[in-house]
Amino acid sequence: MTTKKTGAEIFVESLKKEGVKTVFGYPGGVVLGIFDVLYSEKNINVILTRHEQGATHMADGFARATGRPGVALVTSGPGATNTVTGIATAYMDSIPIVVFTGQVATKMIGNDAFQEADIVGITRPCTKYNYLVKDVNDLAPTIAEAFYIAKTGRPGPVLIDLPKDVTQAKTDFKYPEKVELRSYRPTYYGNKWQIKKAAHFIAKAKKPVIYAGGGVIISNASAELKELSELTKIPVTMTLLGLGGFPGRHALSLGMLGMHGTYAANMSIHNSDLIIAVGARFDDRVTSKVEEFAPEAKIIHIDIDPTSIRKNIHVDVPIVGDARLVLADLIQAIKENPETEPWDKIRESWLKQIDEWKRERPLSYEQDDIIKPQFVVEKINELTKGDAIITTEVGQNQMWTAQFYKFDKPRTLLSSGGLGTMGYGFPAAIGAQAAFPDRLVFDIAGDGSIQMNIQELATAVLNKLPVKVAILNNQYLGMVRQWQELFFDKRYSSVNLAGSPDFVKLAEAYGAVGLRAVEPSDVEGVIKEAIKVKKPVLMDFVVDREEDVFPMVPAGGAINQMIFAPEKKKVEARLKAVK
Amino acid sequence: MQHIISLLVENKFGVLSRVSGLFSGRGFNIETICVGPTLDPSISQMTIVTIGDDRIIEQITKQLNKLIDVIKVVDLTEKEYVLRETALIKINARPEDRAEALRIADIFRARVVDSTPTTYTVEITGDEKKIEAIINLLRPLGIKELIRTGKIAIAREEGKTITKE
Ligand SMILES: Cc1cc2nc3c(=O)[nH]c(=O)nc-3n(C[C@H](O)[C@H](O)[C@H](O)COP(=O)(O)OP(=O)(O)OC[C@H]3O[C@@H](n4cnc5c(N)ncnc54)[C@H](O)[C@@H]3O)c2cc1C
Ligand SMILES: Cc1ncc(C[n+]2csc(CCOP(=O)(O)OP(=O)(O)O)c2C)c(N)n1
Ligand SMILES: [Mg+2]
Repeated sequence: MTTKKTGAEIFVESLKKEGVKTVFGYPGGVVLGIFDVLYSEKNINVILTRHEQGATHMADGFARATGRPGVALVTSGPGATNTVTGIATAYMDSIPIVVFTGQVATKMIGNDAFQEADIVGITRPCTKYNYLVKDVNDLAPTIAEAFYIAKTGRPGPVLIDLPKDVTQAKTDFKYPEKVELRSYRPTYYGNKWQIKKAAHFIAKAKKPVIYAGGGVIISNASAELKELSELTKIPVTMTLLGLGGFPGRHALSLGMLGMHGTYAANMSIHNSDLIIAVGARFDDRVTSKVEEFAPEAKIIHIDIDPTSIRKNIHVDVPIVGDARLVLADLIQAIKENPETEPWDKIRESWLKQIDEWKRERPLSYEQDDIIKPQFVVEKINELTKGDAIITTEVGQNQMWTAQFYKFDKPRTLLSSGGLGTMGYGFPAAIGAQAAFPDRLVFDIAGDGSIQMNIQELATAVLNKLPVKVAILNNQYLGMVRQWQELFFDKRYSSVNLAGSPDFVKLAEAYGAVGLRAVEPSDVEGVIKEAIKVKKPVLMDFVVDREEDVFPMVPAGGAINQMIFAPEKKKVEARLKAVK
Repeated sequence: MQHIISLLVENKFGVLSRVSGLFSGRGFNIETICVGPTLDPSISQMTIVTIGDDRIIEQITKQLNKLIDVIKVVDLTEKEYVLRETALIKINARPEDRAEALRIADIFRARVVDSTPTTYTVEITGDEKKIEAIINLLRPLGIKELIRTGKIAIAREEGKTITKE
C-alpha cells in the first residue's frame, strides 16, 4: 500500500518527474505549505527572486536558453498578478513556461477573500492554457498535462492555480506515464504533396530568400536550415527571434530584416520572387506595409501553427508542421527533384546583386571621441568570441545588439520580441545563468529598462549567478527619443533619464561589481574585467546620448524605403514635407 | 458573409469563456452562440453564427481549432444544413385582438404557450425568415417582450469537417 501524500508533496514529486531542478519562486500565505516541502527537498533548487515578474522572466530565460520549460511558483493575489507581464512576454514569443500560483481555499473562491485574484480569468488570453485545480486527485495529471501542453506544438506558457486546501488534501501519488488529449494533436510532419510543390517552386525560383524566425530556434532546426541554404545557395535573413538560427557570419547570411534590418535583407526580400518562411509569423515589424511587402514573391510558409499561416499575408504553399522535420523532408524532396539545375549557375546573378546591396549599405557607425553604443556591442561580441548567451532589454540597446552582435548559434540571443517588455533582459539572463552556471551571460541593457527589474541584482548576487549587465547609458528612453526626434519635431517629452542613480555605486550597494567606461579606450578594459570577475557585474557605458538606430523603415512605409544615418538631415526635411 | 460554425468542445469549466474570449480578443463577430450537451456527457456542442470574409472565417476556424478544449470544428455554411431558432413573443392580447393573434399563430404553426387576461405568449420555431415574418405580423398588436434562443444548426449529411490532424 502506498502512503498518501499531500497536494504540496504531490506538486514537488510531480516536478521531479518532469525533471525540474530549478524553480524561481516567491512565497506567501497560501503557498507556505508548498515552500515547506521544498525546504527539505534536495533535488530542487529554489531561487528566491525579488519580484514575481522577475521569477517569470527568469523561467522564460531558462526556457529560451535550454529549450526546456522554466518553472515559477508564486502566491495568490498580488503574487499572481505580478506574473502577468512575464506570462504575456512568454506567450507572444511562444516560450514554454509553467507558472504555479497559489489560490485561496476552494470554498472561499469568489468571495473576495484576502489576496484572492481570478488569475485564471486574468491570464486566459495570455496563456496557451490554464487550470484551476479543484481536487487533489486531479493535481498530478494536471501538472503532467501542463508540461506537455507547454512544450509541444507551438510552445507557450501554462498556468496552474492551486487552492490552499488542494495543496493540503491527501491522496495517492501516481504520475501519468503519458499524456493524450483528444482535442490537442499538433501536426509535426508536413504534407508530402505541399513539400513536393515547395521543391518545385525552389527549383524554378530565380531570386529566392529564406526568412527564418523563432520557430527555427524552437524546433532546433539550425542544422537543417544550414543544409537547405548551402545546398540551394539561397541566402537567409532572420527575424529578431530567429537570430542565431543561421550563422550570422555565414556568407549567405543577410542578417536581420524588418524595421531595423539590414539594407541587404530588406532589399532582397522586397525584390525576391520566392520567400521561404520558416517558423516566422510575418509580424508587422517585419512586413511594415503589408500591401507592398515583396510584391513579386511567391510564398512558401512552414509553421507548426496553422493560424500563423495566411494570418497577415497570402501564402502560395502552406506547410503545417515542425520546422526541423519539414526542412529535412524538403531537402530530400529537392534532392529527388529532376527539375533541379546546378545551383551555382542559377544563383550567380542573384547572389551578385545581393553582394552589391551588402557593399552598398553595410551596417555602420562612426566611433569618435564619445563611446558609440554599437562599438560596445561589437567589443562584447569580440571579447566573448561570440560564445556568450546574450539577453537584451528593449529599445535601441536591443536593436544595436541584433545588428552588431553576430549570433552564430541558436539559443544565444534571448530578447522579448513580440511584447517588447522592458525589464525582461536582466532576469532572463539570471534564468539562463541558473541553467548554465559556467557560461558567460550578458544582458545588453538600456538605462531605462534596467531600472524596471534592478531589484533582481540581489537575486543574482545571493545565488552566485555572475551575469554581466552592460548598460548602454544614453540617459534617455532612447528609442522613444529617436521617434520624437524623427516624427515629433524633437519634442523630447518624458524621455530624459538624466539624474538616474549612479550604477556603479548601486552595484556595490547590492554586493555586485560596478564598472564604468567614459572614454572609448575604457571599453575593452571594462568588458575584460567584467568577464574576469566571478561575480555579477554592472557596467555603465556612458554613450553618445543622441545616437540613433539606422537603417530604419518608418512605420507605414514599404521595407525597401529605408532611412540611413548620414541622410538623417535630408530625411527630416522629407518627413516634414510629407506632413 | 454569414457563417454557421458548429463546434464540439470538452464539457469543462471555462470553455465558453475561452471561446467567447477568442472572438472578443481578436475582434471577430458573434451574432449568436448556443451551447448544449451532447449524447456524450463529457462533450458539449456549440453553434456560433458569425460574419466575415473568407480570410476572417479561415482565421476563426483555425483559431477555434487551436483552443485546447475544442475537439472539432465544422463550417456548416459550405454544406446543406437545417437551421432552427426558437422565439418566445409576449404580445398584448386585448379582447378585440385575441382572435387575430391566434390566427397569426396558427398560420405560422406557432403555439400560444401562456395567456393572462392581457397577454399571450407565443412560441415559434423556424428559420430566421419565419421568425422575422411572425414578428412583423404581431407587431401591430403590440409586442411586450421578445426572447430568441439564437440559432442551432445540424448538417443534413456529413458536413465538411475541419478536425485536428
Ligand atoms: C523595439 C523593437 C523593434 C523590433 N524590430 C524588429 C525588426 O526590425 N525586425 C524583426 O524581425 N523583428 C523586430 N522586432 C521583433 C518583432 O516584434 C517580432 O517579435 C518578431 O519579428 C517575430 O519573430 P518571428 O516572426 O520569428 O516570430 P515568433 O514570435 O518567434 O514566432 C515563431 C513562429 O514559429 C512558429 N513555430 C513555433 N514552433 C515551431 C516549430 N516547432 N516548427 C515550426 N514553426 C514553429 C510559431 O507558430 C510562430 O508562428 C522588434 C521588437 C521590438 C521590441
Ligand atoms: C514595460 C515597457 N514600457 C514602455 C515601453 C515603451 N518603450 C519602448 S523602448 C523604450 C525606451 C527604452 O529605454 P532604455 O531602456 O533606456 O533603452 P534605449 O532605447 O535608450 O537603449 C520605451 C519606453 C516598453 N517597451 N516596455
Ligand atoms: Mg536609454
